[in-house]
Amino acid sequence: MAIIVQRPKLKWWEHLYLPGIISGMRVTLAHFVRSLLGRTKVTMQYPEEKWDDHLPEHYRGAPALVTDEHGRERCVACQLCEFICPPRAITILPEEIPSDDKWAKVEKRPRVFEIDMIRCIYCGLCEEVCPEQAIYLRKDYAITGTSRAEMVHDKERLYEIGGVREGLVNKWNELK
Amino acid sequence: MVRVEMNGIPGRSIRDSDGWDRPVVTPRCMGWKPVLLFNFRFGLRFLSDHMDWHIIIAAVIKIVVFVFLVTLPMVAMSVWAERRVSAAIQDRVGPNRVGPFGLLQAVADGIKFLLKEDFTPAHVNKFYFWLAPALTMVPALLTCAVIPFGSRLFGEKMVIADLDVGPLFVFAIASLSVYGIVLAGWSSNSKYSFLGGVRSTSQMISYEISLGLSIVPLIMIYGELNLGRIVQEQALNGWTLLPLWGEGLSLQGWVLVIPMFISFVIFMTSMFAETNRLPFDLPECETELVAGYHTEYSSMKFALFFLGEYAAMIIGSGLAVTLFLGGWSLPFGWLAPESVDAVVPSWHGLIHIGVYFAKVIALIIFFIVIRWTLPRFRYDQLMRLGWVFFFEIALANVVITAILLAFFK
Repeated sequence: MAIIVQRPKLKWWEHLYLPGIISGMRVTLAHFVRSLLGRTKVTMQYPEEKWDDHLPEHYRGAPALVTDEHGRERCVACQLCEFICPPRAITILPEEIPSDDKWAKVEKRPRVFEIDMIRCIYCGLCEEVCPEQAIYLRKDYAITGTSRAEMVHDKERLYEIGGVREGLVNKWNELK
Repeated sequence: MVRVEMNGIPGRSIRDSDGWDRPVVTPRCMGWKPVLLFNFRFGLRFLSDHMDWHIIIAAVIKIVVFVFLVTLPMVAMSVWAERRVSAAIQDRVGPNRVGPFGLLQAVADGIKFLLKEDFTPAHVNKFYFWLAPALTMVPALLTCAVIPFGSRLFGEKMVIADLDVGPLFVFAIASLSVYGIVLAGWSSNSKYSFLGGVRSTSQMISYEISLGLSIVPLIMIYGELNLGRIVQEQALNGWTLLPLWGEGLSLQGWVLVIPMFISFVIFMTSMFAETNRLPFDLPECETELVAGYHTEYSSMKFALFFLGEYAAMIIGSGLAVTLFLGGWSLPFGWLAPESVDAVVPSWHGLIHIGVYFAKVIALIIFFIVIRWTLPRFRYDQLMRLGWVFFFEIALANVVITAILLAFFK
């Protein structure tokens, strides 16, 4: 069905359109002069100015694995992040923790944990889904490399980026 | 090739993959051999008996300097200005990395265009496809020839060809650029290019009428078409739009500002429409037709279209400055030569050239600011404006000017 568009009734001087153009140009030129005088600071001159210091709290950078304060790697190779990752950037091959290890009751850890950073879309779903609070998205955004092999982050690199995170839920500790 | 009679078009035709018979057009043009023979047998002796070499050399130097060393760099600078000014209007920063303030961005773009693959799609009409960009760029550069850049420099008139029919030459040559767009749209053999070409062509020929008619009152007031003499009159007697000195400072001068202002508005609007610039941007805007008639073009051919549009913009501004804003002259008759043949000191001549380019740059910035101020016209609104409003207003303007001249002369 046809929608009737309400057209405003123009006065005779508005029909000339020149006053309308002049008032429009006043807005445009005001913006122009303001930009010339440097009063609009919207654009950041990268790489001279970076916003690493004041990234918002929720900023999603590169994923990384964390160890907790006891030195244990928190990932138990449940492969939930591998299955939820939309571009399928994560590859996990689990292995059994040998029974003479201190943390033998955890039973599983990743033998191979690789994130292909070319595929990663920084969506944060792996961080959301992880039941062990093992994978976090850090605040670094400039991930570059010179070859495709270089852009695959393996387990060592991920733990190196991730570091130690304290104050997490330690559900595998001994009962007090 | 199949010899087929095709709807009464005799000759050769080729059956393409869809089963349609398309005529094969072989371009016929005069070969260079007969022309060279003619020149060498009759030409050189004829020339040297009847012409002075210094005129030819001066003309060649003026052409090389004005077209290649002034207008083409101005085209590159206007591309840079467009990007920086539109960025400033939109509260952002334009290109500022390549040279100081991004001035070499146009050079970088030029190198990119040269090194890009010059792809000719298989489904196009090859002859017209290759001809169209040249037909758009060359008329814009040809019209440089009659616009006076300055008064005189070292005794030499600062205009390449001091024709007595300046504006007529400009309009005639500018009409040729319509052919370029027609051929670009048609030869690209695609829906959107065709629609863009058709829209652009109809827009350009509609506004050529108002363009020509808007100049008529001006010519009636000045009594001549020679652009050099029009600017000379304005230098002594007040600019067309600002008659504040000399003979312009009179009741007649001020009353005639009204039709001159109407004429200026119509001329500027028609110049926007001729160069396919917003608000008459429909043939080539990104949201409407992909890229309109130059969708299928890449690398240097696209660069020629792009540069041809800016060159037409610069020449249009140049013509508006010459006719309405006093060309190369300073206000209030400062440093104005007494007549067209007067001796002008060199530093006056240089100042006049600088003033001309300052005015042209101001008008180019006006073009850019208008682009980001106004929304785009719809096609039917555009055609209505050209045929119903501007045509009638330009005609009425001619009548008004005639009546005013009859009363006040």
